[in-house]
Amino acid sequence: MSAQTDLLRTSRIKAWEPPVWLLAFASPLLFPSHALIINEIAIVGLFAVSLDLVLGYSGIVSLGHAAFFGLGAYASALFCKHVNPDPHLGLLVSMGAAALLGCAASFTVLRGSDLTRLMVTLGIALILLELANKLDWLTGGIDGIQGLMFAPVLGRFEFDLAGRTASYYSITVLLVLFVVARRIVHSPFGATLKAIRDNRLRAMAIGIPVHARLIAIYTVAAAMAGAAGALFTQTSGFASLDVFEFHRSADTLLMLVIGGVGWLYGGIAGAVVFKLMQDWISGITQQYWGFWLGLFLVVLVLVGRDRLLKPWTWWRKA
Amino acid sequence: MLTILFDGIAYGMLLFVLAVGLAVTMGLMNFINLAHGAFAMAGGYITVLLMQRADVPFLVCLPLAFIGSALLGAVCERTLYRPLYRKTHLDQVLFSIGLVFMAVAAVDYYVGSTQQIMQLPEWLKGRTEIGSLGMGHYRLFIIAVCAALTVGLQFVLARTRFGSRLRAAVDDQRVAAGMGINVNLVFLSTFAFGSGLAGLGGALGAEVLGLDPSFPLKFMIYFLIVVAVGGTSSITGPLLAALLLGVADVAGKYYIPKMGAFIVYSLMIVILLWKPNGLFVRQGGKT
Amino acid sequence: MSASDTVLSCQGLVKRFGGIVATNDVSLELRRGARHALIGPNGAGKTTLINLLTGVLEPTAGRIALQGQDITRLAPHQRVRRGMVRTFQINQLFASMTPLETLGLVVSQQRGLGIRWWRPLGRDGGVAERAQQLLEQFHLAEVANQQTEHLAYGKRRLLEIAIALACEPRVLLLDEPVAGVPAGEREELLQTVAALPADVSVLLIEHDMDLVFSFADRMTVLVNGAVLTEGTPDEIEANPQVKAVYLGYEDEPLHV
Repeated sequence: MSAQTDLLRTSRIKAWEPPVWLLAFASPLLFPSHALIINEIAIVGLFAVSLDLVLGYSGIVSLGHAAFFGLGAYASALFCKHVNPDPHLGLLVSMGAAALLGCAASFTVLRGSDLTRLMVTLGIALILLELANKLDWLTGGIDGIQGLMFAPVLGRFEFDLAGRTASYYSITVLLVLFVVARRIVHSPFGATLKAIRDNRLRAMAIGIPVHARLIAIYTVAAAMAGAAGALFTQTSGFASLDVFEFHRSADTLLMLVIGGVGWLYGGIAGAVVFKLMQDWISGITQQYWGFWLGLFLVVLVLVGRDRLLKPWTWWRKA
Repeated sequence: MLTILFDGIAYGMLLFVLAVGLAVTMGLMNFINLAHGAFAMAGGYITVLLMQRADVPFLVCLPLAFIGSALLGAVCERTLYRPLYRKTHLDQVLFSIGLVFMAVAAVDYYVGSTQQIMQLPEWLKGRTEIGSLGMGHYRLFIIAVCAALTVGLQFVLARTRFGSRLRAAVDDQRVAAGMGINVNLVFLSTFAFGSGLAGLGGALGAEVLGLDPSFPLKFMIYFLIVVAVGGTSSITGPLLAALLLGVADVAGKYYIPKMGAFIVYSLMIVILLWKPNGLFVRQGGKT
Repeated sequence: MSASDTVLSCQGLVKRFGGIVATNDVSLELRRGARHALIGPNGAGKTTLINLLTGVLEPTAGRIALQGQDITRLAPHQRVRRGMVRTFQINQLFASMTPLETLGLVVSQQRGLGIRWWRPLGRDGGVAERAQQLLEQFHLAEVANQQTEHLAYGKRRLLEIAIALACEPRVLLLDEPVAGVPAGEREELLQTVAALPADVSVLLIEHDMDLVFSFADRMTVLVNGAVLTEGTPDEIEANPQVKAVYLGYEDEPLHV
């Protein structure tokens, strides 16, 4: 049925996808001295993908997504320190905690204007930052929780200083959650999200329970962000206040914008570009990275986001 | 406790002057401008630098801060902001964050990152005690200036031709343009004026709030709270929101220092959940 | 008209905005298979009434019943689930999706597949077939894979109505379906409206008097938010008050 093949076309795995993932898995072997940054890229890439679910597919402008990242990080840290150093259990605990917060927080982004949602998401992240700061008997305050020793991955692979285990662990988790995200966005459920994003009024008028769907996706995205936070703590051995900082939410937003909002791979592509650029520019001018980042953003918006970002559209659009 | 109330009111009025420009431009241009704090910072630095390097008296610096920031705002509006009015809110957020980063880095580069010390003139230092109420003279001065500004603003909006053009353009841009109102000019002058007020607020607030390159980032959320809670369809809304915020913040930090800012953020979230379009929404107006 | 025949009804519906009374004590009954037109001058409150019936606006007073059940407090999407569907005067479409994707989505949602998140859209439930059927019925098959925002206005209008029909409505509220449609594409649209299933009850808002008089078997005239009169097309046509409201005087015919 040609209509069916047309509908299913976008969900089919493209030819370039498997090689890209193979390359990703090979990269710690190909560039062993860069395993640490590969690990970082996988973690922020996962975080960016989770933000894309909220921003790109549901249309919620959030400046506080770091709340879930940070909660996942601290949950893993506390779980390791007080209960069990198994990283896999810790990952599940982090995702669960972040999902709970996401579900509760989702009620705050259902109504109101873009500005309201911006404020509320920002507010929640700031509240968590304050809490982590003030509850220093639990979180270590400014010092954070340090010196965590996690059990080996799958019982066999110790977290080594070079970061090889870490990068493989992170890339694997990224792949698994990415597959889940991909399934969601191409499913009927994902289509209802896009409908809500494009025209909430009409979505309601065709029977979509808008609030229920938004709560669901916000919870899922929070859980994924929590997983990224857990990976952060587990691969670095510590959790500190900067997991909640505004710049983390803002940087990830920027990564997503660089890579392209609304096509899932944008988060990963943006993470790669951003991290590499940051590494390079910080090597040149440590203190004023912010200025160049700011200039880039300003130019980006003035020129036009969609024109700059997906190179293959330079030829398609005028 | 009265002193806390007094300090809170002073803080609130200061926040109002800082944020009112943002509220009006948001309501007028529907533009989320996270860089508003940069204009405030400009006013603060103009004042401090003039006082430190050119020995300009404090009172003279205040109008200069206003003018400097207003000019800066006018230039930015004409060149940078105007092409972006039709863009999505996400684009506006990204753009203004970019501006802030640039402003912060530029100030850091040229002036340094240490906090600036403001030398107040002698007649503004000191306190007066009336019973349990302790009133710092500088805070009295702030309240007086801000109250005068508020009255002036309300007068301009309600009684002058510019004010009615502005209100018309806020209500419905296309109709206003159709009636011959030069909407571009209204936007430009409003943005400049709002930035000027922010600059004045920055100058006034340098002593109370602290002035360093991270000022726009630190206080951005406060300005946004004032606008989000107070709404963008009046100036009494943001005024009340600012006062509420000022008192809550000062009281919270004094009585429960462990949970200082926590109170403010929670209060904001609760209010926005209850009234997503702000506490004070004009019936029939654009929210 | 027996009570069990009434599919949609409202009693004493009132809507106030501050000091303005947009809807003033409106009562209406729609029976099964109705072809009911709602007419009135601009600003009479016709779209407001539709918004009240569909739950987009909350009434200040009054009751609404669908298939005999009180739905006054029911959320908009739940009213759709119960079979009351509307179209919009200004196209409300999903700009980034193609007509095929749009209809596929609507059909999926209608068949309860909207919560499925693992399998791709179009794999199950006969969704693709039904979407194709609708595309052909509404002359959209040629543009099925173009992004909605690039379609011509007439095609978008057709899609607007196709979406409503994909919801398998029992009650269909059409808000000025041919508004702004170029003369060349009106026929297509009119044919589709005329070919609606006989058991679907239709409430039509329209200004085009030719369409109204050829389509409706019953009409309600709304003026300043209140019902002026109601009756068959012949009765309405002969009514001098109606003519006065529309034409300013009573002698000219209401339509050719």
